[in-house]
Amino acid sequence: MSEPTVKRFMYINRRAPYGTVYSVEGLEVALIGAAFEQDVCMAFIDDGVYQLKKDQDTSATGIKNFSPAYRALGDYDVTRLYVEGESLQARGLTEDDLMALTYEDEDDDWAEKPSIRLVSREELSGLIDQQDVILHF
Amino acid sequence: MLHTINKSPFEKNSLESCLRLAKPGHDILLIEDAVYAATSGTIVSELVEAAMEDKNVSVLGPDLASRGIDEARLLKGIGIVDYAGFVDLTVKNDKVQSWL
Amino acid sequence: MKFALMVSEGPYTHQSSDTAWQFAKAALESGHEIFRVFFYHDGVNNGTRFTAPPQDDRHIVNRWSELAEEYGLDLVVCVAAAQRRGIIDADEAKRHGKDGDNIAPGFRISGLGQLIEAGIEADRLLQFGD
Repeated sequence: MSEPTVKRFMYINRRAPYGTVYSVEGLEVALIGAAFEQDVCMAFIDDGVYQLKKDQDTSATGIKNFSPAYRALGDYDVTRLYVEGESLQARGLTEDDLMALTYEDEDDDWAEKPSIRLVSREELSGLIDQQDVILHF
Repeated sequence: MLHTINKSPFEKNSLESCLRLAKPGHDILLIEDAVYAATSGTIVSELVEAAMEDKNVSVLGPDLASRGIDEARLLKGIGIVDYAGFVDLTVKNDKVQSWL
Repeated sequence: MKFALMVSEGPYTHQSSDTAWQFAKAALESGHEIFRVFFYHDGVNNGTRFTAPPQDDRHIVNRWSELAEEYGLDLVVCVAAAQRRGIIDADEAKRHGKDGDNIAPGFRISGLGQLIEAGIEADRLLQFGD
């Protein structure tokens, strides 16, 4: 029997939330895709870093607040959320402005670990180059 | 890796983002409104010319023609492909990324 | 070579549907295979047969249907995106109590998993959108 295909998927998020639908429908792809047991990670660059901003409150706009769904990613084995440091910095943000997203590491006695990994432009460029399938949202 | 870009560089930062993350040796294809980035004498000409030092930049001919851009207006060294050439570029590269 | 395409904008507003169709046609004419075309976001609007453009304009929806007919293309509209935007087939119409359906010939409605599967099965996955 041949081994099932495992490809490296990266979802690159470049859009701010709420102004357009791309970020929430992109998140849906990441959550659904987790069921296919592929090697999945996400990257947040440009305005995509705003998706991870903490304290999102949509009650006055009437739009569904989908930011809590990012917390589910860890349970779906999407445990690597790369955030480009330069994109954060350009927007006057630091990691403290972002939601604290974590996952439980099954290889380390289910220790809780941060999913958000701050990477430099150079590091991200290298990571993108290692992927098989890259989708932009 | 093939990168496609479809946004005018004067409206969105797709070109800039692509160029800052693309690696030497990568192919870049400008389509739709991104074809304006291939023209000379613009505020992004220098950026594109710098990218061309270690990357291959080409432009989709049908999108140039649709927008009334003569080949003579293109930066030197930019290749022009048709849709079949676009297909060939995706075959040649082992993966594709679309900068929207 | 086996391609998969994702189209994420509606026809007539963005050029992405046109570019995707031209790419698909060129790939098929060069002897390549297209595993699937997946329509997401407003791209699901490529799949309504109620589209009626003026006679001197291209008919984007019919063009997809004809390409599907000629080459046996699998045109898949994302169900969640389609439901939000009113693209519906007979089964969905019954389930939601709607008075009709509008899915165009050659298109089918299915889940997001079809996109992931296309990414796994195809040699190249290309996105056309905004």
